Amino acid sequence: MNVIDRRLNPSGKSLPNRQRFIRLAKETIKEAVVRSIRDRPLGEAEGEKVISIPMKRIAEPRFRLASNGGDRDQVLPGNKEFIAGDRLPKPKSQGGGRGSEASADGEGEDDFRFTISPEEYLNILFEELELPDLAKTQLKDMATMKFHRTGHSASGSPTNLNLVRTMRNSLARRISLGRPRTTEREALDAEIAALEGDASPRAADLARLEALRAQKAVWAARARRIAYIDPVDLRFNRFEPTPKPSAQAVMFCLMDVSGSMTEDMKDLAKRFFLLLHMFLTRSYEHVDIVFIRHTSVASEVDEQTFFHSQETGGTVVSTALAEMKRIIEDRYPLEDWNIYGAQASDGDNYSSDSQTCLRLMTEDILPVCQYFAYVEVYDRRSQEIFQSTLNVSDLWKDYETGPAKRPNFAMKRVFSKADVFPVFHQLFAKTRKAA
Amino acid sequence: MSGLLFESGEWTFDTLKRTYDAIEEIAVGEMGLDPYPNQIELISSEQMLDAYSSIGMPIFYHHWSFGKRFARDEKLYRKGYTGLAYEIVINSNPCISYIMEENSMTMQALVMAHAAFGHNHFFKNNYLFREQTDAEGILDYLNFAKAYVARCEERHGLSAVERVLDAAHALMDQGVNRYGRRPRASLMEEKTRAEARQAHAEETYSDLWRTLPASVKRDARSDSREPRDPMGLPEENLLYFLEKFSPSLRDWERELLRIVRNIAQYFFPQRQTKVMNEGCATYVHYKIMNRLFDLGKISEGAMLEFLASHTAVVYQPDFDDPRYSGINPYALGFEMMCELERIVTEPTAEDRACMPEIAGRGDPMAVLKEAWANYRDDSFIAQYLSPRLTRKMRLFKLTDRSAETEYKIAAIHDERGYVDVRRALARQYDPGLRDPNIQVTSADLRGDRRLILTHYLNNDVPLAERDAEAVLAYVGELWGFDVELKGVDRNDAQRFSYAYSPPKAA
Repeated sequence: MNVIDRRLNPSGKSLPNRQRFIRLAKETIKEAVVRSIRDRPLGEAEGEKVISIPMKRIAEPRFRLASNGGDRDQVLPGNKEFIAGDRLPKPKSQGGGRGSEASADGEGEDDFRFTISPEEYLNILFEELELPDLAKTQLKDMATMKFHRTGHSASGSPTNLNLVRTMRNSLARRISLGRPRTTEREALDAEIAALEGDASPRAADLARLEALRAQKAVWAARARRIAYIDPVDLRFNRFEPTPKPSAQAVMFCLMDVSGSMTEDMKDLAKRFFLLLHMFLTRSYEHVDIVFIRHTSVASEVDEQTFFHSQETGGTVVSTALAEMKRIIEDRYPLEDWNIYGAQASDGDNYSSDSQTCLRLMTEDILPVCQYFAYVEVYDRRSQEIFQSTLNVSDLWKDYETGPAKRPNFAMKRVFSKADVFPVFHQLFAKTRKAA
Repeated sequence: MSGLLFESGEWTFDTLKRTYDAIEEIAVGEMGLDPYPNQIELISSEQMLDAYSSIGMPIFYHHWSFGKRFARDEKLYRKGYTGLAYEIVINSNPCISYIMEENSMTMQALVMAHAAFGHNHFFKNNYLFREQTDAEGILDYLNFAKAYVARCEERHGLSAVERVLDAAHALMDQGVNRYGRRPRASLMEEKTRAEARQAHAEETYSDLWRTLPASVKRDARSDSREPRDPMGLPEENLLYFLEKFSPSLRDWERELLRIVRNIAQYFFPQRQTKVMNEGCATYVHYKIMNRLFDLGKISEGAMLEFLASHTAVVYQPDFDDPRYSGINPYALGFEMMCELERIVTEPTAEDRACMPEIAGRGDPMAVLKEAWANYRDDSFIAQYLSPRLTRKMRLFKLTDRSAETEYKIAAIHDERGYVDVRRALARQYDPGLRDPNIQVTSADLRGDRRLILTHYLNNDVPLAERDAEAVLAYVGELWGFDVELKGVDRNDAQRFSYAYSPPKAA
């Protein structure tokens, strides 16, 4: 028999296994994040808390017998008071039969949960959306700085000079170093003047004058050497920049929900709204979201209805704009709120509506909006058709004539999720310039 | 100079060697055990974690599921929720036992007695291991498997290999032959066969074949009439069936299935002999340590340390204890071995009545060795669970009928209940009842190629639904065409059915 010492063998033999696992986990997390865009409510997209994602893909399923159902016998140790024939009530949770048992079957397999911070969540999200790097950092660092008074400093810009502090320092220094006071010097000057004015000075006065002049020279020299305000006296108010959302904003999501909008198109629209919301929550302390959907009439709805219920009817865009205008006047006074608008539509509109629509847009909406973005979403299928000869939709045509010339209006066609971002690029470019 | 083998808790290579020799003398010389030659390897805790993750084998192919296991074990260990095993022992010839450097000398002695003699003897002599595993060849085979998987990854890409292995792992429990054993190819044969397949494919590759009209090809195939049932249905070894008959797998994919199947078969006896195997090893280490103490070779301190560890291992919490998680195989196994010894040496009238053939035979080791060689868990319990042990463990049988709203205590440790409890406990370990009985019953190779699996329900116990659907999807991926899983009860009435259609390749 030999004892073989393997301790010096290279450890980490299962490193390749771990690497494979991590790669798989990353992929799964990514999939889960992308799926979560669909499933999570808009307001929660950028969670303050951590996000847990269950890992289905790394489960290792086997054909196993269910943990309940059917007839089964079990032998258990440690009988205390039972005798043959005793009956015990079954725990309630097991009553359900085959349908309800799914969650109980886990047997510790699903306990792998990955917790990712909001930062990582964004990273994964943006990676998936293939955003340019520059834009990623911009979106993430887009916080307005607010300056707070935080004490004093010995240097700073002249406008921030704190006079009281500076003069107090100066006074203390002048006293301690024995700089002659202006009043004393003036008294001296007056006395000298009086003596000099004397037409017939006595010898004593002359001696006195001499002494006073000497004194004046000494004081003058001292006053020259000891400055009235020295750079060491200077005190400035100090301001510390802290990231601070500037105020509150309201985001209007407008969407055409008529039958022509498919689930796919709504999903694209949702991504767009999601990004806008994310951007706004980074810039503003408080963001309200208002969902307005419209067919031939518009109404304010909750998010669930907004994204998931389908309506039939025609398409009159101006109703949504009018609704938006009404809500702004009702609830969002301009002096308190920054207003952002985002509209998603497949571009249909009644031609008779175009004038009303344009007038509302240019006269009522755009003047009060920080920014209004219009995205026209298309089915992936229609991409090929449209790429060759772009069949311009009614709404697009209308917007192109007027609103598109305004600096706070952007419009864009979106075929796939990769197209969502460029709209934002414009948005950032603009707010950057304005800042 | 005392006769102690070691005095301090620190081990050295010298004391290890001396202690091993002393243990061997008792195990082989006095107890008459017949183990494979031993090879004892010292490893660090980190290496132990590594070994954990690849099911304890020193060589294994790479797969993410092992990484997952590692991540979990490591976290539990680092946070102090679990300790590591003191040893891992491998059913090979020579028998490899890993012992950890962190063990004290007493623990090393315990571990050597437990693994290097207890488990080792069981591996070499139990009929299941003799029939179904190849202790000589396993390490060579694992070497081959690891290299083969690595080559496939290089040639076909990580994800392609992963796809097959994921599916194969899901079917591992259904990838064993429960009865008998086909002759196994040796490493050289395996290697040459794999190479020959590859070489043949390369040799016979001819670009010309591509240019043949498709219809001619189809005619040629339909000419070669297949015999009525070339597949030998029904077939319970799903992996074997898919390897041989799946219409959509490529050769290397079949070879991967074969590897997973062979490994599943290698581990199959261990799943059927958990109680006996641990019982045997625990009994052996208990005997050996006591004997060493009686001979004055280990100190009282070491003996106390051993007993503390031993009692922790064989502790059986009651069913209503929060720590209860099923019957502890160490406890049940150890108790049964001790009970056998007692019946053989000091039988009571009760023992004589229920086990007349061994009661009072006087030679416990002979009886035990015979039992270790010729039984597996269910048959062993059915044969040797004594009324006295039933009383000692206070076993009782609980019946759960889906039609009733209450559990019923069917039998307890009394005169009327012994047989019933024993039978129920044995059935609890019967692999035929513990694993779902799923068989391939129909595969329409000449028609739409729909594969039908049938689950023969035992007492109407259904499959865990979510898992069943996931595994069926894996089957569908390996088969390449529609698959269906039917559950039928004993009256042949269909209880449930799942279906899966693999996405059509564009």
